[in-house]
Amino acid sequence: MFGAGGGTNSYQEVEDADVVFLWGSNARAAHPIWFHHLLKGVRQHGTRLYVMDPRRTESAQWADVWCGLRVGSDIALANAMAREIIHAGLHHQAFIANACEGFDAFAASVEPYTLEWAEPITGIPADVIREAAHAFATAPRAMICWTLGITEHHNAVDNVLALINLCLLTGQIGRWGAGCNPLRGQNNVQGGGDMGAIPNKLPGFQDIEQDADARARFEAAWGVPIRPTYGKNLTQMFQAMGTGEIKALFCIGENPAQSDADAHHIEQMIRGLDHVVVQEIFLTKTAQMAHVVLPAAASWCESDGTVTNSERRVQRCRKAVEPPEGARDELWILSEIAKRMGLDLGHPTPEALWNEFRALAPQFAGGLSYERLEALDGIQWPCPDESHPGSTYLHGRLWEQPRQGRAAPFSIVMHEVPFEQRDANYPLLLTTGRRLDSYNTGVQTSGYASPLRTGETVDISPEDAARFGIVDGEVVRISSRRGSVLAPARIDPSLREKLVFMTLHFPDDVATNVLTIDKADPKSGTAEFKACAVRIEKVPARVPAGVR
Amino acid sequence: MTATLVHLGRPDRTIKARITCTIDGHAVTVDEGTTILAACRTLGIEIPTLCFLETLRPVNVCRLCVVEVEGARVLAPSCSRATEAGMVVHTKSERVRHARRLVLEFLASSVDLSTTPGMADLLAEYACTPARFGPPAPQALAGERDAAVAGHHAATEIGFAATVAQPVKTDNDLYVRDYAKCVLCYKCVEACGVDHQNTFAIAVAGRGFNARISTELAVPLTDSACVYCGNCIAVCPTGALMPRAEFDMRAAGTWDETVQTTTDTICPYCGVGCTLSLHVQGNTIVKATSPLENGITLGNLCIKGRFGWQFVQGPRPVDAAPPAGD
Repeated sequence: MFGAGGGTNSYQEVEDADVVFLWGSNARAAHPIWFHHLLKGVRQHGTRLYVMDPRRTESAQWADVWCGLRVGSDIALANAMAREIIHAGLHHQAFIANACEGFDAFAASVEPYTLEWAEPITGIPADVIREAAHAFATAPRAMICWTLGITEHHNAVDNVLALINLCLLTGQIGRWGAGCNPLRGQNNVQGGGDMGAIPNKLPGFQDIEQDADARARFEAAWGVPIRPTYGKNLTQMFQAMGTGEIKALFCIGENPAQSDADAHHIEQMIRGLDHVVVQEIFLTKTAQMAHVVLPAAASWCESDGTVTNSERRVQRCRKAVEPPEGARDELWILSEIAKRMGLDLGHPTPEALWNEFRALAPQFAGGLSYERLEALDGIQWPCPDESHPGSTYLHGRLWEQPRQGRAAPFSIVMHEVPFEQRDANYPLLLTTGRRLDSYNTGVQTSGYASPLRTGETVDISPEDAARFGIVDGEVVRISSRRGSVLAPARIDPSLREKLVFMTLHFPDDVATNVLTIDKADPKSGTAEFKACAVRIEKVPARVPAGVR
Repeated sequence: MTATLVHLGRPDRTIKARITCTIDGHAVTVDEGTTILAACRTLGIEIPTLCFLETLRPVNVCRLCVVEVEGARVLAPSCSRATEAGMVVHTKSERVRHARRLVLEFLASSVDLSTTPGMADLLAEYACTPARFGPPAPQALAGERDAAVAGHHAATEIGFAATVAQPVKTDNDLYVRDYAKCVLCYKCVEACGVDHQNTFAIAVAGRGFNARISTELAVPLTDSACVYCGNCIAVCPTGALMPRAEFDMRAAGTWDETVQTTTDTICPYCGVGCTLSLHVQGNTIVKATSPLENGITLGNLCIKGRFGWQFVQGPRPVDAAPPAGD
């Protein structure tokens, strides 16, 4: 965000926020301990909570207002709020004048997004949109927090920009308890970005094409030339496998055969490669397709290092147990591969590697030594020097007079419907998500005996169940344009009509991603897991769930 | 300092006056509203507690932390009573010691305190003789105490000490509830409810000696609202609530805290970044907790963090046959 690449606030700040928009997030189930902080705000401070989610989730049940928008109408809703705020004169003119650029063009771009237009598009009554917009704009402190309901769309980046626009418009940024925060889905999504595990950045958010100084620093340190071109994101990689441009895959700690959209297609792509190496702690479905499996130590408890959480806190992971005989530390494996390719990196300790990173990434250079990470129980970047306690909220500079640094731009983004729409053949929309006790493709969570686990189901509204004559627990066939699976139906009153819900947690029983669509956002490479058209059919005889 | 358009920092809602009081003859100056217990701790005066925890709001039910406040008719629970300017407090008077001894003897005669950390020392320090109430009454049958109706408490047989002894509830694979060890401190109820989790799966049911912690209508946990975060286990002071793995190891005689190590790392699941303290015995993770003082968790976890670490100890590729094919 404005060059920083991280959420703008700390968890603690949500306890002091007066209004929170929880947008496309079921944090009660997916980020339970963050939700504790939100509930402290709701119950003790009186935080007014709005939940924007097509499903009336367990998070939405805590909301003052549930905005049950139609899947993929997020920009329509955000832009309608922006227009309403501007027309009511509630935009923060002093802040905009001080901090932003592009306001006039933005205001013109949202002009068609009237409340009356937005109501049928979003499915939210105009009065509710108006009230939410006014509440957000007039709150002393307001925050927007989101998860994959925003980013697993074919226009993910635009969705995020629409939310940032709202914060800029109202001055809800750069202060304690005001800002915009993605809740990260995995314990090191933020840290992966910090460390440059994204195709267009060197470690420390330094642009690999545009930042020649950064390239020079890395070239000097590593003694190898850095190619000044962006790499491929996940979606582009699979496209390149299809065209034969990519012939080999080295996959570390990821299970794309089951976690990625359009699973049949992904499997075909992986099987078509000349050479597949999987570095894993489990023999996942992807590992089973590999030519070579490198058994690895579990990074979070069998080796040392750091992760960065959703509030930008760099945290120490520590080795608590020895890995099983034969499994190697991931750093050891990578160093050995480098050696056998002719580059002897030695065997650096995690701390030495961290310090090398800090020496090359100015944003992380200051006070983030291992010693200080230990002493302060993790530190929130940016942390410019050894006496700095870390930064709770970002972008205070936008309020400074005169403003420090470059202006924050408004972005012009337009409503687009999901790539796939309901039609006569596929009259339902499938959206996917997580349940409390499970995680992603279940390789970790299948290891413990959760009393909450019921296995995969296809959740459908009572209205659709009645329409199709389906009873609770009945095994039904769910089909999309890409494939079909069998799963027991679960009647869920939190779902609106024509919306069905599944998870990715039990891919060996029900391969949900056979259904999903790999239509991805060109800017982020994230697939539209949150929307694909399906139909549900009764199955004539009793068939065990999962059989295709 | 650069000028800003508005105040950016944290709102200060806690402007407090400073007051001075006297505890055991020592003057101490603290923020207005500080509890006697907290003031004692700044002086290094130790006060025993059972139902108090820094991360929970005091419910002052155990009465172990009582102190004498000059001019007050009754002893005051130091965990919740705020200090006042000029207040004179005695924490070691004979009256205080007598009250604590009685509380400890009642508890020790009626509850199994064998897994309460520090309890043996406390009973010795206060010269407690719980056996003077007689031998423990026979254990209740399974479900008997759960079925007790208010106002129908039968007197215990003469010569026996009334107890809460009853079979352990083992209705799921993740944790057990051994209410024979429950002192009714309410901590689990507070952690499950308003103080942290807001799930409200448990509450105090019954009255008097029949009071007990219960799910709604005493249904098994698997039929209750429980989400198995185990935040009740984290606050239980007596070991009445215990992870199943620890319970089974204790039953088998293999649980040995003297050889366990504890290492803090970060939970491998979502992006919140909860600190996990891994308790390891013989290179095997046997329990996961989170530090009470951790600003993110306050000691709390979700079901995945508290119980979902088993996978690293399951079958791994190194145990498996090499992949088929060329």
